Amino acid sequence: MDDIQKKLASPSKASHEDIVGRIISYSCIAAIIILVISILYFITSRGLATFLTDHVNLWQFLTGKDWNPGSLNAQGKPQVGALPMIVTSFSVTILSALVATPFAIAVALFMTDIAPKSGTKFLQPVIELLVGIPSVVYGFIGLTVVVPVIRNLFGGTGAGILAGTIVLFVMVLPTITSLAVDALRAVPAYFRSASLALGATRFQTIYKVLLRAAMPRLLTAVIFGMARAFGEALAVQMVIGNAVLMPRNLITPTSTLTSQLTTNIGNTIMGTLPNNALWSLALILLLMSLVFNLLVRYIGKRGEIKS
Amino acid sequence: MPAILQTKNVHLSYGSKEALHGINLDFDDHSITALIGPSGCGKSTFLRCLNRMNDLIANTTITGSFQFHGQDLYAPTTNLVELRKQIGMVFQQPNPFPFSVYENVTYGLKLAGHHERKFLDEQVERALKQAAVWDEVKDNLNKSAMSFSGGQQQRICIARLLAVQPDIILLDEPTSALDPISSAQIEETLITLKKDYCIIIVTHNLQQASRIADRTAFMLNGNLVEYDLTSKMFTQPAKQDTSDYLNGKFG
Repeated sequence: MDDIQKKLASPSKASHEDIVGRIISYSCIAAIIILVISILYFITSRGLATFLTDHVNLWQFLTGKDWNPGSLNAQGKPQVGALPMIVTSFSVTILSALVATPFAIAVALFMTDIAPKSGTKFLQPVIELLVGIPSVVYGFIGLTVVVPVIRNLFGGTGAGILAGTIVLFVMVLPTITSLAVDALRAVPAYFRSASLALGATRFQTIYKVLLRAAMPRLLTAVIFGMARAFGEALAVQMVIGNAVLMPRNLITPTSTLTSQLTTNIGNTIMGTLPNNALWSLALILLLMSLVFNLLVRYIGKRGEIKS
Repeated sequence: MPAILQTKNVHLSYGSKEALHGINLDFDDHSITALIGPSGCGKSTFLRCLNRMNDLIANTTITGSFQFHGQDLYAPTTNLVELRKQIGMVFQQPNPFPFSVYENVTYGLKLAGHHERKFLDEQVERALKQAAVWDEVKDNLNKSAMSFSGGQQQRICIARLLAVQPDIILLDEPTSALDPISSAQIEETLITLKKDYCIIIVTHNLQQASRIADRTAFMLNGNLVEYDLTSKMFTQPAKQDTSDYLNGKFG
């Protein structure tokens, strides 16, 4: 009798395992949370040092066109105008997303609705391969193929927003495509049957029902692509020209926030203004990825298909 | 009165498996015909042949004759899009598009090239009234059709179909996902609609068939067992299988 009582009153092996498992997962979660908070704190404190320690005016930082943190201008103020990089970053992001989206949606439609069998068989591996290619390879191809072509066609050095857009187009295409495929597959089949049963052709069904029903998730796909384009550093750095100049057109050398970071972060001394200014650029990148994330969540929430 | 839709010797196979073994059924205009039978007997499959929705399923072979207004449904010259406008379908699961009620009901009309606001307004009102859902949605025509109850959604789907004024309405177990009150409302709707349309309904609910159908076809294992006036079949079935099924001995 005592034996049974003891057995029932003390925790079993399974409940022990349960507790151990819970401890492991909670500590992993805690480690990740600490990591994220430290990253956020580090970037924010470094990024704000430009404004708090070096007393750079935030407005001048965001709208100034001259970037030369190592030297002072005529008024004795440090030259930390990040506008050219902000403009370039947004330009390549928006342009590459604009160009890639129609292609991505067309490919996704082909895979989900037009030729689901061969589409999944051949295109899926191709898309996955494109995702897997390291960005330095894209940049290298951009440098050896795209830049010379642009140089021959339009003159100049060939480096600039156009070259960056073309390279990023290839890089965000698979991202947008695979998310668009998910978006279209999430549209219930009965919408398609309903549309066809009302006498719609396949393209009318795609155009009027499918794309519309999938729109919020397609937008999410585009924003994910934009986030990827905005954060891409290496490939862009190789083709953008890396001169912190306001872009005058699509083929003048310029610089994005990310390419400026990769180019110069090794050449500055921690704690000095040039270094702090780069951290401020990183802070802008961080804030932008936050904005992209919030946009994705907001659109996703509005576009849930209720059934 | 000649039948509006005549089918003869309909065979259908999914790959090498034959699901329908020669069905002969004629459907009268201005009446409700019910297809009953246990699950897997082929009644939904047969219904989907009638507006060629089975075309969407790969490896399906259909033989036999389908005469609609004396015209062969499966002739190579048949315009599938036109055909589906004349023979519309309501599905088991209410499936309004995730758009407003108004856009749902005008969907088919817009496909047909109607864009005049006044005409569309009239047709929306007519269709929703015919589907007996007008009073419930008239103040919320711009609200998403998904925000209504299942029964209302199903009647919006019926209205969406009625807007294009088909000749035949096919219903594939339209009330099986609905509660009894919504089902009763759909049944009432169908009874009022039968004066203008030929209605063919697949149902699992024998009481529903006996309540609304003029004629009933009983199918079993891909064969048509019996086809007669509902009043006759439910009181004096000619075949033993029919009698057993109606009395709940199997199915």
